[in-house]
Amino acid sequence: MTQAQQPAVEMRGVTKFFGAFQALKSIDLTVEQGERIVVCGPSGSGKSTLIRTLNQLEEIQDGKITVDGIELTAGGENVAKVRRDVGMVFQQFNLFPHLTVLQNCTLAPLKTGRADKATAEATARKYLERVKIPEQADKFPAQLSGGQQQRVAIARALCMEPRIMLFDEPTSALDPEMVKEVLDTMIDLAREGMTMLCVTHEMDFARAVADRVIFMEQGAIIEEGPPAEFFGNPKSERLRNFLGQIS
Amino acid sequence: MIRQFGPSDILFIIEAVRWTLLLSAIAFIGGAIGGLFVALARSSGSKALRRISAGFIRIFQGTPLLMQLFLFYFGLTVLNLPINPLLAAAIALTFHASAYLGEIWRGSIEAVPSGQTEAATALSLSYRDRMQHVVLPQAARIAVAPTVGFLVQLIKGTSLTSIIGFTELTRAGQIVNNATFDPFVVFGLVAAIYFIICWPLSLYARRLEGRMRLAFTR
Repeated sequence: MTQAQQPAVEMRGVTKFFGAFQALKSIDLTVEQGERIVVCGPSGSGKSTLIRTLNQLEEIQDGKITVDGIELTAGGENVAKVRRDVGMVFQQFNLFPHLTVLQNCTLAPLKTGRADKATAEATARKYLERVKIPEQADKFPAQLSGGQQQRVAIARALCMEPRIMLFDEPTSALDPEMVKEVLDTMIDLAREGMTMLCVTHEMDFARAVADRVIFMEQGAIIEEGPPAEFFGNPKSERLRNFLGQIS
Repeated sequence: MIRQFGPSDILFIIEAVRWTLLLSAIAFIGGAIGGLFVALARSSGSKALRRISAGFIRIFQGTPLLMQLFLFYFGLTVLNLPINPLLAAAIALTFHASAYLGEIWRGSIEAVPSGQTEAATALSLSYRDRMQHVVLPQAARIAVAPTVGFLVQLIKGTSLTSIIGFTELTRAGQIVNNATFDPFVVFGLVAAIYFIICWPLSLYARRLEGRMRLAFTR
């Protein structure tokens, strides 16, 4: 397959403004297929914005983004194609409160014509099993704990069978005792070879699964490297300060 | 010549209720369709659509319904159409209701957290699917109380159509009063009928709201 050869994500000179504020300053980043990336940095550094540009939740003003060989920034039909390929998990879960867990998981596959009802439900149950909450399928999101809701959100994204998963601070809104169950789910996913980009402050997670850790500040990538080097031998002063603050 | 207020007068007033109900129904159905488009235009990504719908709302909220009725009533004759109170009233009430419902529903749509739209977008749902299956069902819950509140206003507002010669409930009361000169009894009856129509609506809205809240937190 030629598709396995091309990078999962290619960003070239990606620049994003919110009004006069420059959130991303000419970002270059290549993510290989199956690579697990953790993005960290102080709040307001542009790390969430960075991953939100990959499914065009944020439009960029300059630069080029290619996802699985599809040029996202060409617009049109490409945007929908990329979104079908890229799953996303949010800090606030963003489950649909008026739908049951199962309906949350089947809505997109049904409406995008991916699957018929029986197939979509079978797929949903399979992924709910994988995130270890098959028994909650007929409940509403409000009846679940935060950790369970976030696992449903992961299952919901997986139901579209994405090739890349984006995580935007998936554990930041959780009570401490629920962080582990979500991280364990993400670790399982990483072990199965999913391409992942995770914005997170969970440095233990980064050490355990990341192939590469990226440090951002003020809209730019300051430093990146494999976890051992990133944590063991940080080169820039700013990364040393940051690591000192969070540990 | 003044005659006694009698059963035939009561019957006359009650018969006029059907016009009040018909006008209310036309205004609400027309306003619901128009209002949905106004609300979607107001909360859309297109600047032009937002401006046009905002202008529409401003005009119809900023002028009295009475003037709108006059303008559509006489506007028909300017267009060389025959004078038709029902048509004029239907158009004026529909536009009036579209503007108000549009604004109420815009607020309800915008009250749905933006994360809902983002999650639906990230799942590659189209605009139509996002609205139909994610945003509008949640906005509907928020909209129930103010929508029924406006519907009650609208029913009472149809009394203004009496001014362009429409014999609905209020006008029927005036006619009977002119003949019997028993205003307290006549208008008391008219007011009671409005109350009988509107009060159950308010009760129903409260019940519906309670039930929808239940569906979310179950």
